[in-house]
Amino acid sequence: MALPKYTEPHYRIWHYFYLFICSCVFFFLIAPLFVIFPLSFNAEEFLVFSDGMKRLDPDAFSLRWYKDMIYGTKNPWGLAAKNSFIIALFATLGSVILGTVAALGLSSRHMPYKGIIMAALISPMIVPLIISGVAIFFFMAKVGLAATHTGIVLAHIVLGTPFVVITVTATLSGFDHSVTRAAASLGSDPVNTFMKITLPLILPGVISGGLFAFVTSFDEVVVVLFLAGLDNTTIPIQMWTGLREQLSPTILAVATCLIILSTLILVTAELLRRRSERIRGINR
Amino acid sequence: MSRETQKILTTDGIPLEESLKKAEKKNKLKAFLLVCPLLLFLIITYVFPIGDMLFRSIDDRMVTNMLPKTYKAMENWDGKDLPDEEVFEAFYLDYKKLVEDKTFGKLATQLNYEKNGFKSILKKLKRKMKKFEEGNYKEQIMGVHKRWTNVEYWRALKRRAPAYSYSKYLKGVDMYENEDGKIVQVPEDRRVHKILWVRTVEVAFFVTVLCFLMAYPIAHLLATLPMKYSNLLMICVLLPFWTSLLVRTASWMILLQQQGIVNDFFVWIGLVSDENRPEMMYNKTGTYVAMTQILLPFMVLPLYSVMKTISPSLMRAGKSLGGTPFVAFWKVYFPLTIPGIGAGCLLVFILAIGYYITPALVGGASGTLISNQIAFHMKSTLDWSFASAMGLMLLTGVLAIYWVYNKLVGVDNIKLG
Repeated sequence: MALPKYTEPHYRIWHYFYLFICSCVFFFLIAPLFVIFPLSFNAEEFLVFSDGMKRLDPDAFSLRWYKDMIYGTKNPWGLAAKNSFIIALFATLGSVILGTVAALGLSSRHMPYKGIIMAALISPMIVPLIISGVAIFFFMAKVGLAATHTGIVLAHIVLGTPFVVITVTATLSGFDHSVTRAAASLGSDPVNTFMKITLPLILPGVISGGLFAFVTSFDEVVVVLFLAGLDNTTIPIQMWTGLREQLSPTILAVATCLIILSTLILVTAELLRRRSERIRGINR
Repeated sequence: MSRETQKILTTDGIPLEESLKKAEKKNKLKAFLLVCPLLLFLIITYVFPIGDMLFRSIDDRMVTNMLPKTYKAMENWDGKDLPDEEVFEAFYLDYKKLVEDKTFGKLATQLNYEKNGFKSILKKLKRKMKKFEEGNYKEQIMGVHKRWTNVEYWRALKRRAPAYSYSKYLKGVDMYENEDGKIVQVPEDRRVHKILWVRTVEVAFFVTVLCFLMAYPIAHLLATLPMKYSNLLMICVLLPFWTSLLVRTASWMILLQQQGIVNDFFVWIGLVSDENRPEMMYNKTGTYVAMTQILLPFMVLPLYSVMKTISPSLMRAGKSLGGTPFVAFWKVYFPLTIPGIGAGCLLVFILAIGYYITPALVGGASGTLISNQIAFHMKSTLDWSFASAMGLMLLTGVLAIYWVYNKLVGVDNIKLG
């Protein structure tokens, strides 16, 4: 973004002002995440930078809160993490299967009422979570699935499928349907064609949709707040309770772990997106 | 030669047109069957529950079923003077049964919603009822408390007779049906919901504006920078996008607390003195700041994907035709980004209007939104039908915007990451 030599001074000033604004916004976006790292290593119980930390005194830092997270007494995080992973895995599986199959139908050019059905399938993403939470809670209570893993998994499948539908239909939009016709003409049945031809080609889209569904479930708190009993507590529920009652540095330790997890997911998703674009022959 | 023979036939003798139609129909069915599992799943676990919520919000059968004899007897009552002995007797019998079943507490709560003071006189009636003698219930009930002689209470009772009512919706906008059956506003000091609706729209609107003002420059920068720099900067947008909402809210709680870094900074540059650090959390400021940062990526991504498609040569052409960079930007570049602006703004507005977690954690009392009120009625007052009614009012608003969004942008154009 170097400016040409002939740029007039006031445009030059304007340009630097623009860059300054942009840096401020980027700072605003990313800086809050980095506050958590150092404070999670705080040796003291307060959530402010101690004088020792400002002097970079090694004694002011400790792994105390990480130990508390893992070995602490009456520690809720172990159970919460287990529940979160189990629920998120099953919810992802369900969302991916239902979402991918639906996306195959939606991207067929024979699909009737495509627009309206797509809008309906995406709606759980748009409807405020509190409303979904209330509605699903009434339903699950009625069928006796409130406070069970099954109930939460079903609710999370509802919330996760829109992401799978969006990513997979996007991937399929550049899909060359003549390859499936070729497979069919060579005597392959539709299921075999899907497993051997279509799926490998759209796999990046499916996985990235799955990642979205995973994150949605793993991070979801509103619906679980209504549905969960004591045995179904998840990481977000524990964080929510902790943030409401007492902000302890243990929460920051958990938050740090979550940031690392989301970084890993981000990198995977980005790599997949590029791969998917390469496969589809989109060069940007 | 007749027209019939001119028709092209397929090998098995069926006219081609018909055969094609059949094939087309088969394909349609195939596509539809693929969508079916998800559609059915959503209908059962999502659409049906929302319909159930609608039913719950107007369902008022609880009181009706609790006092069947009373309402039967009341059918002939004109509601002007105190009802006859017949009604009193029916009410006594109904209430006696409720006391025996130990469900009278629910009735007391419900009737107290209708008119204050019902709870205490029902409790008193329950105590005195044990000594009631047969016959002349009117006098005996009226002797329990002087409010039982007040016709207003009997009218209030009668108002709960219909099995379905829209009173919860009226309550949601601070209105009620008064004694004469007219719809009026509640007294000024009790209009809490209107404030919340206004605040919700206001917060959603200003968060959208703030997001737009911040997202536009950076989306432009991301779209015009060479790939290797923009990919790096894109991480700044995507990392918050993928990070847990609670983590981001927690970091704002740390930053905005009174001894927090933002306040430290203000003191350091001398904006405020150390003694009176401003409260930036547990009020509207907290809600605004945190929500803007959390929703910003949802504005940047649609803007970026539109700006990416605008050729830089258009700006150059504008400038070469004599426009200053500002004119070229305003007349050429900006109009081309309007689809992205529409998409981003609608998305952020829709998400902001139903926000729950962040306002609940950093909003305090003055920064909570309508969602928090719904949760409050679900969890604390247990007035589920009112929570449903408010939820559906919010849902109607959101679906209206979603409809506009679908018309303008098309849901199949939503891009993620």
